[in-house]
Amino acid sequence: MPLNLEADRLSLGYGERTIVRDLNMHLPTGKVTIIVGPNGCGKSTFLRGLARLLPASSGAVLLDGKSIHSTPSREVALELGILPQGPIAPDGITVSDLVSRGRHVHQGWFRRWSGDDDDAVTAALTATGTIDFAARPVDELSGGQRQRVWIAMALAQRTGILLLDEPTTYLDISHQVEVLDLLTDLNEAEGTTVVIVLHELNLAFRYADHLVVMKDGSVVTAGNPNDVLSAEVIEDVFGMRCQLVNDPISNTPMIVPIGRHRVGVPDD
Amino acid sequence: MVTTTRRRETARARTVAVVLFVVVIALFALTLSYGDFQISLPDVVRSLFGLPTPAGVDYVMHDLRLPRASVAALAGLAFGLAGAIFQQLLRNPLASPDVIGVSQGATTAGILTSMVLGLDGGIVSAAGLIGAVLTALTIYALSWRKGVGGYRFILVGIGIGTVLTSITSFILTRSDVKIAAEAMIWLTGSVNGRTWDQIIPLAVAVLILVPLAMILGRTLTGMQLGDDLATAFGVHVQRSRFALLIVAVCLTGMATAAAGPIAFVAFMSGPIAARLVGGGRPVLIQAALVGSMLVLVSDFIGSHLLGSRQFPVGVVTGVIGAPYLLWLLATANRSGRGG
Repeated sequence: MPLNLEADRLSLGYGERTIVRDLNMHLPTGKVTIIVGPNGCGKSTFLRGLARLLPASSGAVLLDGKSIHSTPSREVALELGILPQGPIAPDGITVSDLVSRGRHVHQGWFRRWSGDDDDAVTAALTATGTIDFAARPVDELSGGQRQRVWIAMALAQRTGILLLDEPTTYLDISHQVEVLDLLTDLNEAEGTTVVIVLHELNLAFRYADHLVVMKDGSVVTAGNPNDVLSAEVIEDVFGMRCQLVNDPISNTPMIVPIGRHRVGVPDD
Repeated sequence: MVTTTRRRETARARTVAVVLFVVVIALFALTLSYGDFQISLPDVVRSLFGLPTPAGVDYVMHDLRLPRASVAALAGLAFGLAGAIFQQLLRNPLASPDVIGVSQGATTAGILTSMVLGLDGGIVSAAGLIGAVLTALTIYALSWRKGVGGYRFILVGIGIGTVLTSITSFILTRSDVKIAAEAMIWLTGSVNGRTWDQIIPLAVAVLILVPLAMILGRTLTGMQLGDDLATAFGVHVQRSRFALLIVAVCLTGMATAAAGPIAFVAFMSGPIAARLVGGGRPVLIQAALVGSMLVLVSDFIGSHLLGSRQFPVGVVTGVIGAPYLLWLLATANRSGRGG
């Protein structure tokens, strides 16, 4: 079972600038949580705070009730993994080597590479459909393949909680769906708590068990997408008029944006 | 599939290390045996073990060639390892200690103690070490913005290096021409005419710092992927980076004090080792051995293959390294990485 993860009156910022203010949130254990919000609303900052990549300026992130910052970093790494935005692979690194790096925390002074590590890496490569290019250099892969390799690396860490910061950026639509399906597979197969920061609203509404909508460093609403979304919420948060219709495939809300042009009924 | 790829990569890294080690030993033996006074390999070995040898062999071996070969091998090892640590830690091929001012710090301190204060031997080693550490700490402090990022560190380092080079030039212009000429040879990087009291501090430093670098270097597999992922893997990024940098700085300082700032060895060794090993693994031991090899080969070329005149080793490494630096600068922006 993944451990409980929650933010307790968490404030985060860079220097004097506070970006996330007094945020309380319980990330549902064993569910897929997706965080959306306009640029600069603090969603990535919040995710980085959850993963202790950014220190809390006040409040705390609690992992199993204990502050993540007072828990040894190694212990946290056994429970919680994060894939940051736009990671850069070392030149020339092969897929299998990169994915193996996900086992870093499982190596120690006296514990060398073992069969368990091999199994974890193989399983991660298989789950992400990247096992066929295990021996190839990462530089040679396409954007979609590369993203799946990074996710494989995060999977290889075998943590109960996995945080991902915009894992579908720069991917075309088919690969976006592929990545979200993959993360749903992981959630269903292993019961992993998955937390994703996502830009694509319609996909977020479709794939989220629990949707968090953020604006100006605070949570506007959170819960099941079917319960918490309305055209007013979207207009308030994104500053854009829209209609919410039913996604015929998933029965979740789907946004139809309303701009200034092309809004009338065509006259022919 | 994963297991075989992994084994193949590990095997290649190991093979490269073993081959480099053999090459370094061979070059070491060649340096001891070849010259105006030829010593056969059996005599080289006999002399090393203190067995009786023909007249003159012991003198040439113990007073001339052994110090030279030792300082070449050890300084090369130290520069190569230090360069690779810097480059892999800051994830930039330009970030070697000879490009970003750390070597210049050791050089200025060395010149200051030997020419202005008139000291020599172990004191100069200590001064080189202190100079390198102080320079590195200054760069670290000036480039600190809630952590140390690669580019700022490099740019600040290049700036500091330029300041130190002018200080060195100033000291040289103010001093006696004859002493300045001698100092120039050291400034170029030379392994000729070294004495044991210059070599032993370096040997001790290498014996302590190389294993330390290997142990600390285990965090590099995480840190190579950037601060965020390293933190996600449970690495204490700032602490580990600081410890590794200090080790690399000490290696640079000690090697510079013993042999002068031999141009570009720290800069070239890491990339050459990475090319030999292939893949994207951290290469430390291989880079150290490449450094040794470069200095031994360059010294051999400088002293035997360029006609009747002998050139200090730094001239030869400079001739090899400068085009590589230009090539790196020319291609870095085009491919969008590196410098």
